[in-house]
Amino acid sequence: MKVPSSVVPYLQVAPLALILLVFFGIPLVTVVVVSFFDYVNFQTVPAFLLYNYEEVFSSNLTVTLYLTMLKYSVIVWLITLFIGFWVSYFLVFHVQSLLWKIFFFLVCTVPFWTSNIIRMISWIPVLGRNGLVNQTLMNLGLIDEPYDFLLFSDFSVIVAYVHLFTLFMVVTLFNSMARIDPAILEAAVDAGASRWQVITQVVIPLSKTGIALGSIFVVTLVMGDFFVVKIMSGGQSSSAVYAMWNEISMLQYPSAAASAVILLIVVVLMVVAILRIVDVRKELSG
Amino acid sequence: MAQHRKRPWTFYVLASFFTLFVLFLYGPMLAIYILSFQGPTGGLTFPMNGVSLYWFTALFEQQRTGDFAGSFTRSILLALLVMICTVTFSVMAGLAFRRRFFGSTAIFYMAVASLVMPGLFLSLGIGLIFRVIDVPTNWFASALGAQLTWTLPFGLLIMFAVLSRFSRSYEEAARDLGATNRQTLQYVVLPILFPGLIAVALFGFTLSYDEFPRTLLTVGPGNTLPLEIYAMTTTVTSPALYALGTVTTVVSFVAIILSLGSIAIIQWRRGVRFRK
Repeated sequence: MKVPSSVVPYLQVAPLALILLVFFGIPLVTVVVVSFFDYVNFQTVPAFLLYNYEEVFSSNLTVTLYLTMLKYSVIVWLITLFIGFWVSYFLVFHVQSLLWKIFFFLVCTVPFWTSNIIRMISWIPVLGRNGLVNQTLMNLGLIDEPYDFLLFSDFSVIVAYVHLFTLFMVVTLFNSMARIDPAILEAAVDAGASRWQVITQVVIPLSKTGIALGSIFVVTLVMGDFFVVKIMSGGQSSSAVYAMWNEISMLQYPSAAASAVILLIVVVLMVVAILRIVDVRKELSG
Repeated sequence: MAQHRKRPWTFYVLASFFTLFVLFLYGPMLAIYILSFQGPTGGLTFPMNGVSLYWFTALFEQQRTGDFAGSFTRSILLALLVMICTVTFSVMAGLAFRRRFFGSTAIFYMAVASLVMPGLFLSLGIGLIFRVIDVPTNWFASALGAQLTWTLPFGLLIMFAVLSRFSRSYEEAARDLGATNRQTLQYVVLPILFPGLIAVALFGFTLSYDEFPRTLLTVGPGNTLPLEIYAMTTTVTSPALYALGTVTTVVSFVAIILSLGSIAIIQWRRGVRFRK
């Protein structure tokens, strides 16, 4: 071939890099620029103002919004990490046959490939006032009146998040754990480690890439969520993104852009914090 | 816990935990699939008032539930486009990333940033750009680009995983035997990586088919299916919503079965050939 081999990687990576540049890089810059623009008579006017940010920061609503979202992401992160860890641990170290392992893994991942919105609303007939849970509890005579806290509450929001996002923990943790050489675990046991010590001192350190990647997914997905909070809380609370959407639908692009930038900064800080603990790229290519 | 050396104890605890998790994953979904077959007088919750396909036919009456057929077609076409682009570009990029080249770290971080970016942020940005250059947003231009910022990083990460198990010695062997670069790619690299490519394709298709925030402000005049479903959650209070859920899930399952089935067949054939 005529192309010198040092140029080949650049040609190979060019389409991906170009698409990301045009549809990620430039929009990113645009939003940042517009966040300083002025908004006069329903028109977006070029300017350099900090007003949009002042407005966001001075509003108590925004603070509450972010605190709620942070609360959700921490709770969801803890629950998904717990479930993801034990499910992967079971699949990797307890299921012996490779075929069953693959089968169970696929069972866990199939819902990921189906519609998120549908999976979310599927909780409504389960948790609702006349839903399956309440009906069952009443038929069993455990309660006289249906529970109202099950649906359109913090509870249902968290259930929906966990339902949607645990897969990310399972997949990433499974990947990390599957790479652990079983001989290492045997060595640890031979050296006198208890089962629990093997988990805390061998399995957890060796699956930290998976934990980090899974955490990044879960945290950013919760923070960037559009509709789960809105629908599953029955309209009582709102997500940061939904607030942004309201501004967009009123064509207030500058203030929407400012909210978007703040949201991005929060998300980036969370991701950087996770990446500081684990160097994901080194672990991936290594 | 530490003292229990017997395997069964922890095994059964974790096995029941796993079973509960699977029930948690599939239970609610099953509920709406069953409910979508409600009789014409049935409501949004159990019990079933008869069994019928009434709500499925209701889907196709445009005035009742919105533009189902149009958004469905659009979603499928868009997903196929995204799939083709994702496979092609992320495989190429994956091959490039096997060497360190100038800018590789920057591109990697750009991909990761694109992945974790709140979707509506990008939607807003792309929407604004199209306003500035005065081109109307459209599903096959702006929405395609917007979705690729989400599927390409995914594809790239999968390629990293696939390529980490791919030994360069295959390529070297092919070259030693006199194969050109093109032949090496066509007859050695791609066939070996093929199951991985199907996985990337599956991700490309399903992620696009289900994409919401990035598409919201970039799709232009016609909705994609997830946007249509979202609109329905606020306006439609009949089991037609569940029927739509069942239909889109069937499409997802067809995609899943096709991809996983072909991966399984390829791997099985390889196994047979190696044993011979």
